[in-house]
Amino acid sequence: MAKAELMDFDEAIEKYEVVIGLEVHVELNTNTKMFCGCANEFGDQPNTNVCPVCLGLPGALPVVNGKAVEYSIAIGLALNCSIASDGRFARKNYFYPDLSKNFQTSQYDEPIAFEGQLEVPVASGKVYNVAIERAHMEEDAGKLSHVGGAGRIQGAEYSLVDFNRAGVPLVEIVTKPIFDSGSEAPELASAYVRQIREIVKAMDVSDARMERGNVRCDANVSLRPKGQEKLGTRTETKNVNSLRSVENAVRYEIQRQAAILAAGGEITQETRHWHEDKKYTSAGRPKSDADDYRYFPEPDLVPVQPTEELIEEIRTRLPENPASRRARLQQEWALSDNEFRDIVNSDLLDEIDSTVSLGVSAQSAKKWWTGEIARIANVEGKEISELSVTPEDVAEIEKMITDGKLNDRLAREALSGVIAGEGSVAEVVSAKGLEVVSDDGALTAAVDKALAEQPDVLEKIRAGKEQAAGAIIGSVMKEMRGQADAGRVRELILERAKS
Amino acid sequence: MSEITPETVRHLASLARILVTDEEVEKLAKELDVIVESVATVKGAVSADTPATSHPIPMSNVYREDVVKPSLSQQEALSNAPDQADGKFKVNAILDEE
Repeated sequence: MAKAELMDFDEAIEKYEVVIGLEVHVELNTNTKMFCGCANEFGDQPNTNVCPVCLGLPGALPVVNGKAVEYSIAIGLALNCSIASDGRFARKNYFYPDLSKNFQTSQYDEPIAFEGQLEVPVASGKVYNVAIERAHMEEDAGKLSHVGGAGRIQGAEYSLVDFNRAGVPLVEIVTKPIFDSGSEAPELASAYVRQIREIVKAMDVSDARMERGNVRCDANVSLRPKGQEKLGTRTETKNVNSLRSVENAVRYEIQRQAAILAAGGEITQETRHWHEDKKYTSAGRPKSDADDYRYFPEPDLVPVQPTEELIEEIRTRLPENPASRRARLQQEWALSDNEFRDIVNSDLLDEIDSTVSLGVSAQSAKKWWTGEIARIANVEGKEISELSVTPEDVAEIEKMITDGKLNDRLAREALSGVIAGEGSVAEVVSAKGLEVVSDDGALTAAVDKALAEQPDVLEKIRAGKEQAAGAIIGSVMKEMRGQADAGRVRELILERAKS
Repeated sequence: MSEITPETVRHLASLARILVTDEEVEKLAKELDVIVESVATVKGAVSADTPATSHPIPMSNVYREDVVKPSLSQQEALSNAPDQADGKFKVNAILDEE
């Protein structure tokens, strides 16, 4: 499908007011599914974590996972929501092979959490107070794969269903419409999703890995001419599955809709699909507000009535909220706004925090994660979370540097070995013989040799030009195949030159 | 008060994926209308403070421990599937949405 006409982003913002609304689905990391005891496990053989309940076999009866209810309450509290003292599940009826029951067990007019708000800072320093409409419990659907037609739904010959994911507990978090974010709307959308992700990760109620679909976002975007009260027609871009995609998809929809409106056209109310590879959205199905899911109360499940005591107990267990945590860490690490933003934007806060808590300085931890590790991820076209390197590895490498066992170059080599799956830091270092030569005898011999080969340099050093030692260091490092501590080599050169 | 029109029946039938003939639509509209009207007499007995009766038995907070129970084997899971491939349920192409 061809890309649509787009209006220049700044021009679109100039002409129209942007209204966005975000729906975020969070998969909980409970051991079992929402309504049955099947394992909630990613990546197992297809249809091996299924039972009569999640396959929707006749007569099977669901029972609610108590842990999932607690996690949902925790999410509600973290979003400053009220928690419903009495809530019900409801059946959302639709026909689609991703759920074999022909309905999704969800919540309708009695969500577990409602009326919350979340402060979301953006790069400009502005803090948006995003109003949360509701957070409700539901179950995930199975996974479809389409066969034929290049794996896309259009033109597929048939589809295959794996129900391992069907019934996995989900919390869907819905914002109220967000006005007045203007040119910051795309950034705000992704900052909001990032913050939800941080919250659920910090609470350990979700693995929060977007690349695995643990956190998924549907972005609603509409435009209206400035000064007009009536909301414009919205589109809902589905399943935008990375922070970058959220920002890009919202930006694209703003530009696309602006071009249509400016040309006198009308926006079709529909779902759209974001294509991250080619950076555009394509039309999905038409969606009307009157979509009729024939919701009705789930008769097989009794009401959920959390007690005040339970809610308060969960509240006391909530971790520090991400915004204050960020402020605290920036201060503890003594980083500038720019340095700290680098970390947040590259999504490395947790990694660096863990690394620092293992005794590494903030500057060094930042250097490794935003430097060499990010570089390797970039080269390999992967997310950093997909690389097999841990804060423990970084801490071990740093310790070896401090102990003089590795220099910078060797440390980078050790790191890339770890990432390549060659083993632990110690294993890589010993297998590749990466340790620096700390044997002064060998170093001294190499220094003497280099000094003898470059008598002119030796003269300069003797004449007091210590910076000339650089040339000798180079030769010695080459002789030692890089496996020497440059600082120690320099000391030895000065010592020998003056002896 | 006739609430159930032939249009309503067609809409419901399409939501429920049931194929109905024009004849059936007419017939069902009349029958459903009678049913709805009969049920509507309940309205007269309900005041604003009448609690919902979707769950009339006073029971709540029935939960399961978050402990994994054995699942079916893949073979068992697929044993009633009309069609299958690669350990998955095989279904007709879905054309209308993604």
